[in-house]
Amino acid sequence: MMLRLAHAAFALATTLTVTLAAPLRAEIAIQEVTSPGGIKAWLVEDHNIPFMALEIRFRGGTSLDQPGKRGAVNLMTATLEEGAGDLDAQGFAAARDGLAAQIGFGADADEVAVSVQALSENRAEAMDLVRLALTAPRFDAEAVERVKGQVLAGLRADAQDPSAIAARLEAARQYGDHPYGSGGDGTIDSVTALTRDDLVAAWQGVLARDRVYVAAAGDITGEELGLLLDKLLSGLPETGWPMPAPAQLNDAGGVHVEPFPGPQSVVLFGHGGIAFGDPDFFAANILNEILGGGRFSARLMSEVRDKRGLTYGIVTGLAARDLSAEWVGQFQASNDKVAEAIMVIRAEWARLAAGDVTEEDLAAAKTYITGSYPLRFDGNGPIASILVGMQMLGLPSDYPRTRNDKVNAVTLDDLKRVAARLLKPDNLFFTVVGEPAGLASTE
Amino acid sequence: MRSLLLVLTLALGLAAPALARDNVTSFTLENGLALVVIEDHRAPVVTHMVWYRTGAADEAPGHSGIAHFFEHLMFRGTDSLTPGEFSATVEAQGGSDNAFTSWDYTAYFQRVAADRLSLMMQMEADRMRNLKLFDEDVATERHVIIEERGQRTDSDPGALLREQMGAAQFLNHPYGRPIIGWMHEITELDRQDALAFYRANYAPNNAIVVVAGDVTPEAALALAETHYGPLLPSEAIAPRIRPSEPPQLAERRIVLTDERVAEPYVIRSYLAPERNPGDQRKAAALTLLAELLGGNPTTSVFARELQFGQGIATWSAAFYDGTSVDPDTFGVFVMPVPGVSLAEAEAAMDKVIETFLTEGVDPEELARIKTQVRASTIYARDDAGGLARLYGQALAVGLTVQDVRDWPEILQLVTKDEIMAAATEVFDRNRAVTGWLQAPQPDVAANVTPAAAAEEATE
Repeated sequence: MMLRLAHAAFALATTLTVTLAAPLRAEIAIQEVTSPGGIKAWLVEDHNIPFMALEIRFRGGTSLDQPGKRGAVNLMTATLEEGAGDLDAQGFAAARDGLAAQIGFGADADEVAVSVQALSENRAEAMDLVRLALTAPRFDAEAVERVKGQVLAGLRADAQDPSAIAARLEAARQYGDHPYGSGGDGTIDSVTALTRDDLVAAWQGVLARDRVYVAAAGDITGEELGLLLDKLLSGLPETGWPMPAPAQLNDAGGVHVEPFPGPQSVVLFGHGGIAFGDPDFFAANILNEILGGGRFSARLMSEVRDKRGLTYGIVTGLAARDLSAEWVGQFQASNDKVAEAIMVIRAEWARLAAGDVTEEDLAAAKTYITGSYPLRFDGNGPIASILVGMQMLGLPSDYPRTRNDKVNAVTLDDLKRVAARLLKPDNLFFTVVGEPAGLASTE
Repeated sequence: MRSLLLVLTLALGLAAPALARDNVTSFTLENGLALVVIEDHRAPVVTHMVWYRTGAADEAPGHSGIAHFFEHLMFRGTDSLTPGEFSATVEAQGGSDNAFTSWDYTAYFQRVAADRLSLMMQMEADRMRNLKLFDEDVATERHVIIEERGQRTDSDPGALLREQMGAAQFLNHPYGRPIIGWMHEITELDRQDALAFYRANYAPNNAIVVVAGDVTPEAALALAETHYGPLLPSEAIAPRIRPSEPPQLAERRIVLTDERVAEPYVIRSYLAPERNPGDQRKAAALTLLAELLGGNPTTSVFARELQFGQGIATWSAAFYDGTSVDPDTFGVFVMPVPGVSLAEAEAAMDKVIETFLTEGVDPEELARIKTQVRASTIYARDDAGGLARLYGQALAVGLTVQDVRDWPEILQLVTKDEIMAAATEVFDRNRAVTGWLQAPQPDVAANVTPAAAAEEATE
């Protein structure tokens, strides 16, 4: 009786706070800035802290690698900070650190990313360094060889890492010869063969203004940002390599076991997904949250971890990429528990596909998805990243104000319809790297 | 994931920036609970953390892993919350929650909309004293932890080497036991162990609450008085006096050979002093030493000599984090390029250290590092949750709010001479453990014994 009463009181308190706090202040003021030279950017001005976060993206990323040059875009990106203009690698690092600027470069299958944080007191000098790296990288022979050595060391480590092995096998199975079918950092052979000319070509083909997206947040005005961007990016070529073709997913179900020593197996699983622009995306996102999203109370976390102790963690996600979309998941488990975990996953997948979902499930997922959204905008760094991502998805700048309405508009009927449309238990493919007991490849 | 804190990472930034501007307020409730409030009103978000001054180094011998195991059990329900309801309630508010355990502390945290802070405090106060444990929940959670150990440690030869090195570094002090516990002891942990650990350590007078974000100190204090104020302090909280290390008389070496190793490396830890209340100068010197020697992948002494100069290393690093209750370690690391043996890499690393000890600090590099320290106090203000961790960790190991405030300034004041004195003191192979991680060697010539390697290294 005590227990029940306590529960009732608690539920009441919870409901009350939710009701009171429904209109969370997600009002972030996004300015759309166009530089005198015509470069577009989004900005959230905030002068509380004397620094600015700047995020630049070039669409295409490692998928723009030319035939036979796999890994060139990745190696090029990693070498941008290894000397530019009249500074060699150490000179560049010393200049950057003397200004306490933070400048990072990265590449993935859809984009090359440049992330900068610069103090207000020396922003112009910090931006000069970024401009040098983007428009006048040296690609010195010594630097290329040294960074190549680091990439190759990573590739050798990946060849012995069950998670990396699983990711490569899964990509190859899904997409074959398309760039999505292999790792963007290349192979030992392809990277070893890369030359300075390959890096120069990749630099010119990828860092072009026809595919650039920019966002900033922090201690800078729109006018200052416009002037800064003209200086920063006007030296880049107008156009670059054409974008790669959409990728065709091999969506057949099955199991592949790749033997690897160790106490546990790494398991990747999934099938086809849904594009971000699809009208059913929001319903699919709620379904994913119920099935295996970020919450401890998601069904797979509850069934596989909390009730049965089969794994330390399991998560699923909608991978809506530029050229294809998948619904994917992953976990690690002791070799004697993998087969049981896979059975539970298949059962949960089928249960949701069959429409076993309630108004309570929907409400809990909605409060989480809508409630967590405003919490993301909590600093210059996170805001700049979110803003540049929104632009790449083609969203309008008032999206943060309308996004939760779209989530709340999803009905239980929508969920059931979209579950039947997208969740295909027979199409699930499990890539298992390890020595699982009682589990064999289907091929 | 509810997780272990990974204490040894190979890419440490500058340790512990604090605020230049003072928007940190601290209180102590009558029952002994410490409260730190860090204001950041830019977004309607708050991070709420509860830190307990207990961790793996406070476990009873033979029961390794209970601090971390118990952290998992804290999500298993109270008189008023069913198992899993804690996280489900946080998630129903749009928030996220998790916890982590280290040798010196265990911390629980939620990140939520600022107007949900009261509910978070209500639930944390509840489980501080009213946890309910059932045998079947304990048994299921033990399976989860065995999986966690499998994933984090037993599947990773590098983690296994670090575990072995820790055990070799600390013969007597409990820092030598892994946070997650030895497998043969994890499998024996039961409900009685958990309850004993709970009673001995979980009480307001052993806890620090840190609130960071869109909240005023007055409002946070009022909420803390409401929710934590009524909890009775425990008389069982004992001072943390742990067994100390005997004098180390000889160098210790570990060679771990594992077929899963692709890139061999050499790593060494030296026993090193920690930050102490009102006495952080030597730790500050060691922090700067780690930065100078191997903090920067391009301009540090190791990078210049081993990666750029001789070209024998793919990666190199030095690392130190003095935020601990008792003396911990200073580390160095070299991953050689293919064709360079671990013996050669270790010899080259030792030569660089030896040269550094005679040539001293490059003043330009030191100036750049100090500039970055100064800037890090600005950048750190962008991340209120990160500041909450910084203060929570420091207070949990016995430092004060004032120590955290003073830290950036102390880093600025440290001189070249202090850095060299700290280096001379810490670089003593007779206080060190050297580890080699390697794959099985088909080539007999490459099978150098550690003793032979050590001789080679001193030639």
